[in-house]
Amino acid sequence: MKIPLSRIAHARSGDKGDTSNIGIIASNARHYPILAREVTAERVKHFFGEMVKGNVERYELPNLGALNFLLHGALGGGGTLSLRIDAQGKTLGAALLRMEIEIGDGELR
Amino acid sequence: MIRIANGQGFWGDWLEAPVRLVEQGPIDYLALDYLAEITMSILQKQKEADPNLGYARDFPPLIARIQRRLIERDVKVIANAGGVNPIACAREVRRLAPSLKVAVVTGDDVFGRLDEFLAAGHAMKNMDTGEPLSTIRDRILSANAYIGAFPLAEALAAGADVVIAGRCTDTALSLAPMIHRFGWKPDEWDKLAAGTIAGHIVECGAQCTGGNCQVDWQGIPDMANIGYPIIEADHDGRFSITKHEGTGGRVSVDVVKEQLLYELGDPKNYITPDCVADFTSIQLKDAGPDRVQVSGIRGSARPQMLKLSIAYSYGWKAIGTLVYSAPQALEKSQAADKIVRQRLHQLGLEFEEIYTEFFGVNACWGPVALPNPDPPEVQLRIGVRGQDRKAVDRFTRELIPLVLSGPPTGTGFGDGRPPVREVVAYWPALIPRELIQTSVEVVE
Repeated sequence: MKIPLSRIAHARSGDKGDTSNIGIIASNARHYPILAREVTAERVKHFFGEMVKGNVERYELPNLGALNFLLHGALGGGGTLSLRIDAQGKTLGAALLRMEIEIGDGELR
Repeated sequence: MIRIANGQGFWGDWLEAPVRLVEQGPIDYLALDYLAEITMSILQKQKEADPNLGYARDFPPLIARIQRRLIERDVKVIANAGGVNPIACAREVRRLAPSLKVAVVTGDDVFGRLDEFLAAGHAMKNMDTGEPLSTIRDRILSANAYIGAFPLAEALAAGADVVIAGRCTDTALSLAPMIHRFGWKPDEWDKLAAGTIAGHIVECGAQCTGGNCQVDWQGIPDMANIGYPIIEADHDGRFSITKHEGTGGRVSVDVVKEQLLYELGDPKNYITPDCVADFTSIQLKDAGPDRVQVSGIRGSARPQMLKLSIAYSYGWKAIGTLVYSAPQALEKSQAADKIVRQRLHQLGLEFEEIYTEFFGVNACWGPVALPNPDPPEVQLRIGVRGQDRKAVDRFTRELIPLVLSGPPTGTGFGDGRPPVREVVAYWPALIPRELIQTSVEVVE
């Protein structure tokens, strides 16, 4: 079954230069293994497509039921150089929550 | 237990927040963060125009406004409001609040020492690109080393009511009172990491008390009167995050988790001048209404290098907008964008980048945006960036003519042509920590 990531997670995003950081947090800590399995760096890179010029790194924080993604070259130069309205990537966390993930029957119970 | 509040997450944050923190309940320390990465370059320019400026000008009037409460309630203030001129900032605070003892921390400003560093063989390579500093040497506007919490704690130990620093880390503002009151030593890495993470949680003000929170955002009460965060810190490194009773907002594990992840890099290696904190060691617990307990934090040895924040003049940019209404609002905006680009090309103008967003359709999310086939209106937003100021200036004259000479229903030009702005870029680099000596001075 496909569900949007927003069903089981919340997020906050920000910037470090031209790198966007997106924290994805399991709304229920029990669902962290689903995040860890489904939300890979490759899938995040693919989801944002041409928006991310560089690579995507993923870090795991099982203690918080959370993943931290660094999207390099994702902010049009970042900081003061960027010509984008969302030069700090404040909205990219909400965007990533729309990504669809695959879950097994009964996995959300 | 000591209470450390954060009343300012950045320069421009809510002016009432620090006032309310000293009015609405008990706190022992008030931390105020004023500096972003490029703020220093703006302040440097102000100082060059007037040697008495170059600091956060909102700060002295704030202290004047709350001075009586600070004395009555014995609240000490720690702020990086000093910018590139902490002494001038301290003098202005003293002028407006003569009964407060003010100390400044200096030594972070290395603008005048860069050639000395270069001559000694420190390349100060850009941490992102690897380029040596020499490539931009003549365009540098400001240079500061990020300093840690120990010099701030020293200023508190000198009996200061108000501690003013320049470019210290945001987390140092909250860690310093813990070092001062609990006598933490420079090699107690776990405790320093705990204080650092406490500082990280509160450094963006209300972003850890319900602001910008995705979980149940519509259910978060009374955001108009949102309470700013308070750390209740214990000597052993455990702490709670809370806010004053009766204030709006929310402190919960969900809220604190979001802020922990904010602007985070490698969670096992959160590097500050004081220690390296491990975010994978953090344990959170809801501990009553609007209270989260934090424990278990581990840290490791501080780095041998300090980070430099260098700002340099990069070029120029301008961003202009026009609005088109339905029908075919997007198609009209796209046609207008094409015309502008063609006219710029015909003028022979060259830019490093021309970037177009269709606000209302894809400005925030780009290719990921939800389809919106027939929006009632679209704002065309075109930005250019380049080294040639004249070219950028010429661009600013190319939008409004389209109202008469482009697709129909063009409007939203009432503010005139957009301003040309200087682009000040940020150059992160490293320098051996022994080259940076801080000192504390009480300003009479």
